[in-house]
Amino acid sequence: MNVTLISGRSLGQAKSKVTGKFTEEYLRNVAVCELHPEDLKALGIAPGQNVRVSTKSGTVVARSAVASQASQRGVVFMPYGPWVNMVVPSETSGTGMPSLKGIEAEVTAAPNEKLLDLRSLVEQMTSGR
Amino acid sequence: MTLSKKIIPNVICTFCGATCDDLEVTVEDGKVQTLRGGCSTSLNKFVNYNVERHLTPLVKKDGKLEETSYEDAIARSAGILANAKYPILYGWSSTSNEASRAGLELAEWVGGVMDNTTTVCHGPTLLGVHDIGEVSASLGEIRQRADMIIYWGSNPVHSHPHHVMRYSALSKGRFRSSRKDRTMVVVDVRKTDTAKLADQFIQIEPNSDYELMCALRMAVRGDELEQDIIAGVPAERIEELADLMISCQFGVIFFGVGLTMTQGKHRNIDVALSLVRDLNSRTKFIIMPMRGWYNVAGANQVSAWVTGYPYAVDLSQGYPRYNPGDTTAVDVLVRGDCDAALVVASDPVSNFPVEVTRHLAKIPVITIDPHPSATSLISEVVFPTTIVGIETGGGIYRMDGVAMVTKPVVSPPPGLHSDVEILQDILTHVKKLKMGQ
Amino acid sequence: MTELLIRNGFVYDPLNGIEGEKADISIRDGKVVESVGSGATVIDANGMIVMPGGVDIHSHIAGSKVNAGRILRPEDHEKDVERHTSITRAGTGHSIPSTFTTGYRYARLGYTTVFEPATPLLKTRHTHEELNDTPIVDKGCFPLFGNDWHTMEYLQQGRLEECAAYIAWMLRATKGYAIKVVNPGGVEAWRWGRYLVGLEDKVPNFDITPREIIRGVCKANQLLHLPHTIHVHTNDLAKIGNYQTTIDTMDNVRGLGGDNKPVIHITHVQFTGRTGSAWHNIGSGAPEIADYVNKHDHVTVDMGQIVFMDTTTMTADGGFQYMLYQLSGNKWMNFDVEVETGAGIVPYRYRRNNYVNAIQWGIGLELALLIKDPWRIYLTTDHPNGGTFTKYPKIISWLMSRKAREKSMARINSIARNKLDLPDIDREYTFSEIAIVTRAGTAKALALKQKGHLGVGADADVAVYNLNPTKVDPSKEYRLVRRALKKAAFTIKDGRIVVKNGEIVEAPTGRTYWVDSKVSEGLMHKVESEIRDTFTDYYTLQMDNYAMDDSELVRSSRVNVKAEI
Repeated sequence: MNVTLISGRSLGQAKSKVTGKFTEEYLRNVAVCELHPEDLKALGIAPGQNVRVSTKSGTVVARSAVASQASQRGVVFMPYGPWVNMVVPSETSGTGMPSLKGIEAEVTAAPNEKLLDLRSLVEQMTSGR
Repeated sequence: MTLSKKIIPNVICTFCGATCDDLEVTVEDGKVQTLRGGCSTSLNKFVNYNVERHLTPLVKKDGKLEETSYEDAIARSAGILANAKYPILYGWSSTSNEASRAGLELAEWVGGVMDNTTTVCHGPTLLGVHDIGEVSASLGEIRQRADMIIYWGSNPVHSHPHHVMRYSALSKGRFRSSRKDRTMVVVDVRKTDTAKLADQFIQIEPNSDYELMCALRMAVRGDELEQDIIAGVPAERIEELADLMISCQFGVIFFGVGLTMTQGKHRNIDVALSLVRDLNSRTKFIIMPMRGWYNVAGANQVSAWVTGYPYAVDLSQGYPRYNPGDTTAVDVLVRGDCDAALVVASDPVSNFPVEVTRHLAKIPVITIDPHPSATSLISEVVFPTTIVGIETGGGIYRMDGVAMVTKPVVSPPPGLHSDVEILQDILTHVKKLKMGQ
Repeated sequence: MTELLIRNGFVYDPLNGIEGEKADISIRDGKVVESVGSGATVIDANGMIVMPGGVDIHSHIAGSKVNAGRILRPEDHEKDVERHTSITRAGTGHSIPSTFTTGYRYARLGYTTVFEPATPLLKTRHTHEELNDTPIVDKGCFPLFGNDWHTMEYLQQGRLEECAAYIAWMLRATKGYAIKVVNPGGVEAWRWGRYLVGLEDKVPNFDITPREIIRGVCKANQLLHLPHTIHVHTNDLAKIGNYQTTIDTMDNVRGLGGDNKPVIHITHVQFTGRTGSAWHNIGSGAPEIADYVNKHDHVTVDMGQIVFMDTTTMTADGGFQYMLYQLSGNKWMNFDVEVETGAGIVPYRYRRNNYVNAIQWGIGLELALLIKDPWRIYLTTDHPNGGTFTKYPKIISWLMSRKAREKSMARINSIARNKLDLPDIDREYTFSEIAIVTRAGTAKALALKQKGHLGVGADADVAVYNLNPTKVDPSKEYRLVRRALKKAAFTIKDGRIVVKNGEIVEAPTGRTYWVDSKVSEGLMHKVESEIRDTFTDYYTLQMDNYAMDDSELVRSSRVNVKAEI
């Protein structure tokens, strides 16, 4: 499914990053992709099952969830953090600022794919894959 | 109350840019028990800051991080930075002004790039300010006078939880004694929790803030809008909003990274700043960026008074140079020019696009942070530090540029250094290396 | 014990009546002394001028509006850089230099004390953080009053003593040196986007007029025995013909002081010294203002001279800055400060062939040349509003040389030239008079008893310029004068050589002066609890987080005075 991806702050992300980035709480709050309930239905998965988010910059598996703040169909939200950054483009168009919101992305159901924890994710990032 | 229990008033919260300064922290037996007056994020920080801490310096040996002495870590770091041709010193927004000052001196001695988290946050805002200027005020002016409040691309309920209550729609002012004296409007791509507090919510299509701002500017100037729908918003709605803005006595636009990070970037800010400037020919109107971290404004201020520039300062030629898009952290790293990094109170591996992280992993990185982070995983040297506002004091700047001084509420774990001390010790070593002693 | 001997120079020390005689200056442990031993380091000042270090009474060098200006104008800094050396920090200029650069450049000019003249109370902590990073020079700042709610309310209620006690509290809380007043009442109006006209307009919501505010604050200053007078940027800066407001402001407080001492200082008088009703017919009000100053000794003023250059205007007078934006179309920054004041910044280029700028240029010089008593007029550019402080040597040459003035005048807008009186003025300042308007007079106005002179007991802040007054005629060889004053042969700060031949050789940290006026305990107690009651309603900062601690200044130097109340 083609979507627009927005990354941003969320209360859960803000709180858990202070508690600790290697905690279960952080993983639960940040490795998540929030979708409109109709989009979840269209993907054929229940909230909590994994999805794969891909852009021209990369791909990552995240846990799906119902959008906690009303959203539109075709718009998905992922909190700031290492998971969404696997797919965020680094071009800054000469401004220094990458585009962290409004990114063209593709979301597919991935109920059987594994969610990586922070350590494994960093390993994957830096192993050149 | 037992002898060892005390309640410390007027504590300044060191989380978001609102830097509320009326927290009451209860300390017992040298530990924070709870706090009153802060939002849930501040409560979480003050109570849980010790959940994940490292307490000893670490150095990479044979691909693994191992404990080492403070002196060894200092010597290693000084060596890395002094020998680098083009190091980057990054972070700074979640620590004190004193740390930024020390960092700037260090950057000068090692000929590096000094950049802070503005670069991926409100950098475009500064770029817009360079072109247009900015009509603004301190937060109290809004509380006292504002009868029209617009949050644009900003969700303070999540990012700055007490903002609305302390400074805007829900606050009490000399000239605005109740909520009904004010009109609150939210402009966003989705109906956020902040939008639920507003009198009006305007849903805008993603990546079209520039068009909507232009249309508003036209309407404010009395030009006719020729399209029926602009940025997903009907023209009448835009004209109504413009009328509201012109007819208020004191209006404010608070804007967030919804404007800086989407298509247009600094041009979105350009047009927002211009809109507010235009409004001043009709009424009193100001604009304010919602700075995210408690001291990102301080990182800008210190950088500006020491070098002339607020971020992305390249000192490799021996004098300050500034060219965002070229000297900004993401670009410097993605180009692969930089050969060492010092990261202070920030976690770029978590916060930067992955292509940047890939380069960071190839160069020696020194991390100075109170907590283990994704960046510390790939670092060559890791320094644990004390926490500003809890275990150590330090100067900060609120999001509207008001300088404040934080004070510790508890003592730090024994043996832990502040980032200022660490930076100064590295600098002393670097000076010796550079002067050939 | 470090001893220094400056030998054989031509000393200009007007406060002690020395006007170019050859004399030795002996220094020990940072102070001027009678004599030193044979082991002293010797500076051979033969053929050179020796003066006390410069004391700049009004220069915007530190604080939130200055820094906002730096951020606004990256293009200002690109072409003017200072390299890192093992002694000096890197930095940038041009019209809003970075803090380290500011200190070095003042020292190179032979200046050793500088005051930041306008800082919002709420943001004076910021000013001090920047002053802490301004090397070499001693410094201080003037916090802003006269648009703050507490002052206006106390005065409106007729509670003068309480107002004075509140000001004393604020000066201590902000570590300020003097009371600065900018467009009294007018900035509160601007915080609603409005303007006041003249001195009789009532401030919206505050039932008080600028006239009443100025008188009240002047009286408060007297009660507190503050070392400096009130330092006033008058109302009506935005008004085209505004010289009368300047005279009315001075006259407003006549009779408030006794014993012939000044009670008011009007700053950058050039900016409020215009006649006329429209921009195309403005003229110089300098003759009228000079006439008033000559006849009334309760007033001191400083020039605010403009120089034809690209510079940056910045002032607490937000309304004026908006007007300048409208006139010039340049980018514009505005920053109102809750409860207290405002700020505005607009880049501006003064042009020779621009009629208005040419008149402005004339006004500043006419003021300095028509006011007879050099002890009551000081050389400033209101840096950077009129031009940068690095242009002081040029202005000095205009004051000392009619020929230099004529040369510059020949290239200005000819209609302006014909309208000004300046071409007919032949007065030329002497070196003594220059020493007065750049150091002796300003130190006296600030009541810094250990500055501005070289008598025994003075701080050993000395400037040595490579210029022989017996061989160089400043009236003819003004270029030599400029060159010598741009780069001091030696600058000495607290007895240490900091500049040699225009190069920084050492960069110690200077003192920060601030005033503690001791008010009676009972009164202070009462006022403090009154402020506390209103603080949380007025401000977004807790009162206990507002006041600064001594330790926040790197070298705090408290000046103690006893108030009358």
